[in-house]
Amino acid sequence: MSETEITAPNTKIVEIDSHAINFGPQHPAAHGVLRLILEMDGEVVDRADPHIGLLHRGTEKLIEYKSYIQAVPYFDRLDYVSPMTQEHAFALATEKLLGIEVPERGKWIRTLFSEITRVLNHLLNVTTYALDVGALTPSLWGFEEREKLMEFHEAASGARLHANYFRPGGVSKDMPAGLEEKIAEWAETFPKFIDDVETLLTGNRIWKQRTVDIGVMSAEEAMAWGFSGPCIRASGVPWDLRKSQPYEMYDRLDFDIPVGRNGDCYDRYLVRIAEMRESVKMIKQCLAAMKPGPVKVQDRKFSPPTRGEMKHSMEALIHHFKLFTEGFHVPAGATYTVVEAPKGEFGVYLVADGTNRPYRCKIRATGFAHLQAIELMSKRHMLADAVAIIGSLDIVFGEIDR
Amino acid sequence: MAEDVAEAEPVVAPTLAEQIATIPGVTSVTVQKGEIVALAEAAAIVEVATVLRDDPRFAFEQMMDLAGVDWPERTRRFEIVYNLLSVTLNQRVRVIISTDETTPVPSVHGVWPVATWWEREAWDLFGIAFSGQPDLRRILTDYGFQGHPLRKDFPLTGYVEVRYDEDRKQVIYEPVRLTQDFRSFDFLSPWEAMTTLPGDEKAYAAREAARKEAKP
Repeated sequence: MSETEITAPNTKIVEIDSHAINFGPQHPAAHGVLRLILEMDGEVVDRADPHIGLLHRGTEKLIEYKSYIQAVPYFDRLDYVSPMTQEHAFALATEKLLGIEVPERGKWIRTLFSEITRVLNHLLNVTTYALDVGALTPSLWGFEEREKLMEFHEAASGARLHANYFRPGGVSKDMPAGLEEKIAEWAETFPKFIDDVETLLTGNRIWKQRTVDIGVMSAEEAMAWGFSGPCIRASGVPWDLRKSQPYEMYDRLDFDIPVGRNGDCYDRYLVRIAEMRESVKMIKQCLAAMKPGPVKVQDRKFSPPTRGEMKHSMEALIHHFKLFTEGFHVPAGATYTVVEAPKGEFGVYLVADGTNRPYRCKIRATGFAHLQAIELMSKRHMLADAVAIIGSLDIVFGEIDR
Repeated sequence: MAEDVAEAEPVVAPTLAEQIATIPGVTSVTVQKGEIVALAEAAAIVEVATVLRDDPRFAFEQMMDLAGVDWPERTRRFEIVYNLLSVTLNQRVRVIISTDETTPVPSVHGVWPVATWWEREAWDLFGIAFSGQPDLRRILTDYGFQGHPLRKDFPLTGYVEVRYDEDRKQVIYEPVRLTQDFRSFDFLSPWEAMTTLPGDEKAYAAREAARKEAKP
């Protein structure tokens, strides 16, 4: 792939100082379809120019042509590793414009599944990151644990990945009987699994050699480059939207925000591990606090009636039909609503014009800002370190390319 | 929009909103649904951004998002929306400027380096030019793409489609051919869209007045 060409005739130059490498788009460590043009000075990265957009599907344009309910599934397909938290941002934005309030159980379920999704995401990130750096075992173990969480997703929503579970006005349906106990059971056993992963990685000499002091971001740099989530916390900024600008039930939960000190790849890993432990704490608290009740707004203009109701009531049938053909109309206005997604701040800038379709829906993808800083982070690092940096940033292209 | 301003009564926001209104270049500040929205002059955006970042009262160290919005019926059709966040003071502000298709907007990448990619995105999807931005390449669309897809006059289907041609052994671009006409429904029922009937203006006015009264 080297573009170095020596064209002059009758000359022999053996030493090559600078050359460009095309890293990706099909490369297992590119976490999807990243095309990274690396200008190398020997084995050292001189310039890194990420080319993105290979997974661009025009989500924002498509959403402009869909009703608000139809727009929700597109959010699953953005960051397909943590689907529910992204629906969450859109649901909260729509609710804010509509001025509706989700019932308490609906909020608890959303908080619970946001945290399950966070564990889901961090499990994939930590383990595949280890895989990129050469440790195979964590990913084999981690995928088994992930499958258990996927089953919770499936039990609640019917789909393992593309859940379409959080809707404007609540969640699509209540959790099935027995799921709460299953989740509680899992929450008891899971910390043991984190301990196991940590014995493999945290003190591991090779792991530390590959990650400590690699890709260091100071707190000032992290802020200037729009970092959020675990990446900014690893740089020593104690910033978490769940604490600072609480939404849903986070103000009622007792949890800590792990903060790193050095802002290197190792700290980003440690922050994610600590966050998983906090998430398990929160999941337990959610389960303890949940009470039976409605899970979505009871206004039939925004949430569909039950099947049973539709068999008897003409009005319920009309509501159902209107809701799934026309959808609801959202009063004109704009909002920038954010959630603390597992990767960082995920925001939706939603502009409504009073019709049943969003006028504009800008998606603030977390990884978009993180990936941009890769040039700064990988400069004067070795080529293999660039791989570690990509892994530590938690990049998923469904979200970045939209 | 004007109704929103009257409704929202946050505790802290008004003082911050008032302070932002005093920055030269900011034309008006409103609070919508608890979010501070500042309209600014496009030419002064770099100065406004610098004050918002450096003044300890604002301390917006982070630019979280830049969104373009297309309003084709306006003379300055593009809105550029900057969503800023202050981590130290835990506050947000939305700065909105507007421009047309030909006038470039000063780039803020010198204030927040993260702006480069957001500006590239706005250029790619809307065709908003940013002056002083050294790296204004396309970012999300295909290499060699033509047009700006998020403009309202760009069709959802696009103009070209891509396929692999078995005979020529390469990927080729062709004009879009739809096997079924593109359908777009507006769900505005004639009964809702037609607010007044000829000769019915008086009844309509009374109905509207009653609705307004019932609302607060």
